Amino acid sequence: MKLPKARVSRPRSPPEVEGADSENGRPDRREAFSRKEPGPRKPRFPEASRGKDSAVSRFIAFSFHCGLFLVIPASVLIFGVKARMDTLILICVILGLAAVMYRMGMARALRVGDGTRPLHSTPVYHGLYVALWCVIPSLAFLLLWLMFEPAIVRGLVLASLPDSVLSGPDGQPLSAQRIQLIYTEIGNVANGLVPVDSPAALMEASAYKDRLHLLGNRGTWAACLAIALGGTAWALSRITPVLRTRNKVESVFRAFILMCSGLAILTTLGIVLSLVFESLRFFAHVSVTDFLFGLHWSPQTATGPDVSKSFGAVPLFAGTFLIAGIALVVAVPIGLMSAIYMSEYAHPRFRAVAKPLLEVLAGIPTVVYGFFAALAIAPLFRSLGEQLGLDVSSESALAAGVVMGVMIVPFVSSLSDDVISAVPRSLREGSLGLGATKSETIRRVVIPAALPGIVGGVLLAASRAIGETMIVVMAAGMAARLTANPFEAVTTVTVQIVTLLVGDQEFDSPKTLAAFALGLVLFCLTLIMNIVALYVVRKYREQYD
Amino acid sequence: MPRNITDIVRAGLKKRYRAEARFRLYGITAILAALVLLFTLFVTIVSQGASAFVATELTLSVPVTAAVVDPEGTRAEATLSGANYRKLVLDALDAQFPDVQDRIERRKLHAIVSDGATYDLREKVMANPALIGTTVTLTTPVASDFDMLAKGQVDVSQPESLRRLNDRQIGWFNTLKERGLVSFGLDRNLFVNADSRQPELAGIFGALMGSLYTLLVTLALSFPMGVAAAVYLEEYAPRNRLTDIIEVNINNLAAVPSIVFGLLGLAIFLGFFGLPRSAPLVGGLVLSLMTLPTIIIAARVALQSVPPSIREAALGIGASKMQTVLHHVLPLALPGIMTGTIIGMARALGETAPLLMIGMVAFIADTPEGILSPSTVLPVQIYIWADSPERAFLERMSAAIIILLTFLVIMNTAAVWLRRKFERKW
Repeated sequence: MKLPKARVSRPRSPPEVEGADSENGRPDRREAFSRKEPGPRKPRFPEASRGKDSAVSRFIAFSFHCGLFLVIPASVLIFGVKARMDTLILICVILGLAAVMYRMGMARALRVGDGTRPLHSTPVYHGLYVALWCVIPSLAFLLLWLMFEPAIVRGLVLASLPDSVLSGPDGQPLSAQRIQLIYTEIGNVANGLVPVDSPAALMEASAYKDRLHLLGNRGTWAACLAIALGGTAWALSRITPVLRTRNKVESVFRAFILMCSGLAILTTLGIVLSLVFESLRFFAHVSVTDFLFGLHWSPQTATGPDVSKSFGAVPLFAGTFLIAGIALVVAVPIGLMSAIYMSEYAHPRFRAVAKPLLEVLAGIPTVVYGFFAALAIAPLFRSLGEQLGLDVSSESALAAGVVMGVMIVPFVSSLSDDVISAVPRSLREGSLGLGATKSETIRRVVIPAALPGIVGGVLLAASRAIGETMIVVMAAGMAARLTANPFEAVTTVTVQIVTLLVGDQEFDSPKTLAAFALGLVLFCLTLIMNIVALYVVRKYREQYD
Repeated sequence: MPRNITDIVRAGLKKRYRAEARFRLYGITAILAALVLLFTLFVTIVSQGASAFVATELTLSVPVTAAVVDPEGTRAEATLSGANYRKLVLDALDAQFPDVQDRIERRKLHAIVSDGATYDLREKVMANPALIGTTVTLTTPVASDFDMLAKGQVDVSQPESLRRLNDRQIGWFNTLKERGLVSFGLDRNLFVNADSRQPELAGIFGALMGSLYTLLVTLALSFPMGVAAAVYLEEYAPRNRLTDIIEVNINNLAAVPSIVFGLLGLAIFLGFFGLPRSAPLVGGLVLSLMTLPTIIIAARVALQSVPPSIREAALGIGASKMQTVLHHVLPLALPGIMTGTIIGMARALGETAPLLMIGMVAFIADTPEGILSPSTVLPVQIYIWADSPERAFLERMSAAIIILLTFLVIMNTAAVWLRRKFERKW
């Protein structure tokens, strides 16, 4: 086997410097070890020299790797072309470039490593190091550009407009809103959405805007590619055997995964901020007390000075709790009893069949339950009610509640199953030993011991029921009515959010903003229930662990 | 004389055993009730939707006269595309009933043919201009009302005024049937078309592609990020305040109602970033935020189940932390992570509410072309059809539900299979 020869003569740093390279001054363990080795060194990376057998095999390996790295970018590219999105293509080109640069970095590392002295990191890391230098700066630049491009273009276009367009007939500058309107119109002209008889200044401005876009587009391509190539060149020039690329790549990796887990916080923050921000705008129109304690909900007729009086959300809360209550009345007995039967009585074979079947109930999409409630259960209840002489609405709370109950059965049963199985055997055996029957043991010993966990599970299921949307949208009513009669139609918080937001509405009216206030209430309510439930469940689990 | 304890116990024993049997009965009843409801659900869907896969078709011999299609004989594409094929089809139908002369009556007769017949004929002629001047045998779906009639969904015994079809129309249709021109075939439109105003032409392909694009975006974002977050929390994170906050956050996000994610998407992605409405990109972003906690939790469980000895062995022979994780721990945890991801994707596929918020509920008659074109997804399509008053749309909806459930069953089976196949006991 041939030794890889150094092809680039490069002044070598003495070994002392090499060892002192690590931050804490300790010599690297592996290098210290390798320096003790006497005689001619084996190549650190024999597989690399194997690749030198023939130009053909090297070419095949190279194209295979490039192919691997290009499959994903290429598929994105196809989507990008179809969506006519230049930026996506640019990203793909950069990623493709990075794939090539990765190979170059590896090759370079093998060339500078001469076989008498080991590389600090494996060539893979040198390749990754170069690829990262290719990708990260250019994508960061692209991101910044995408964020600021609209503002820059807008500023330039508005600056190009003659004063006569930007000031009113009285010579006063127009308000910000009017200027926004003019700018939107320029955009519409550019997109060909506006009749050709718009003022010449606007036509000119739109042509200018088009030119700017084109320029910006080309500029971005040039700048991104230049940055990518520059970063690569710099990284390639830095590659020496002692360069600690592994540490550098690993710190980038660490930063990436830290960012990914931080995304959870960011999401929560996004939810809270967007809900709170929009709700505050809503509460500028409607007072908080009117909203939380008002008894009248009719946003469709909300106009005039007493707009505040049309946004009393109590009927919605009542409807939500009525339907969720019915759901719990259905789900808790069924879920709890099936959990008890499964864990205490059932033959393992029965359990192996029945448990997954019950879990199927949790996997069915809610829109299917909505269909079932609206088109199968509601008419059934209605005709049953007619036979009994009851007046059951075709959008009764009962139908929606019962179907929702079926949906949350698996939540109750699987959580209860967990806590019931967690009750120590000794408690059961003690009770049975005293002569209690099995059901007495369950009722007097197991259930009380498992009660906190069961309550936690029921709370989780209740928060599911409150936040559930599709079943109630399809099966419950639209009109807000304050009633406790399950045969009447009631509406819920989620139904109203959907009703207020589906369709085209202006973003600023109290009608639309009310949806965010309702969302905030829903979020807080479910959050509190979840926290309490998780606390209770965890507290209980610790008891017997 | 006081009885001894054995007697007291024995006296109550019968009652206690009865209570025991009752309790057992409650348990089995509860399970059976849940299973019966599940069964009813499936039976309802299948019984309503199975017929949608079959279309009632009408076979007509349509003479493609050159005078109508291409009077100048140029065979130019624009001429062929703009020709009045509807007239040809309707003439062929009229030829079956020469006695119908009244204009209003004729219009009623023409209601039998769906608009789809016109498109079919145009497609045929455009593909093969040599057909001009010959007689083409055209088999196309009939209009939805007659489709319902053929499938026995129309109650003929009702008074005429309550029906969508009058007695004459039913008579014509029966005549066509007697002449053997009406047949049943697989409903092609259901699989190749997007939504339409005509039930017989409406299909799920557009919604299916929308779902596909949305899920691709979801997968591309949530899988790498979820795995990375799980790796950080399991392998790297120090025990401190920040880690605790992240963990509590993830657990809470998993239980936030899905509609709240829709509000987030509306306010942030549409309102703040100005992304296009109804686009699979936005849907995918919202759904990936929603599935992220599921994937993170599943991935953490999978990482936890890899025994520490693997890590210690790798570290012991000099692998770095990242090498240990990427070369040894992650590959061993991958089956578990994949299972969790598939389950998360299945949930995302069935999700409706947040997508209503970001405008994917619009009527879209085109198949989406990419992640930025307006589209809808399968569950939202079901919701749209459930809202329409026509019986034929309800049938389509049930068919769409069957298809959606089929996909979910496939995905969940894959997850179970993956778990069985690669599950390792250490």
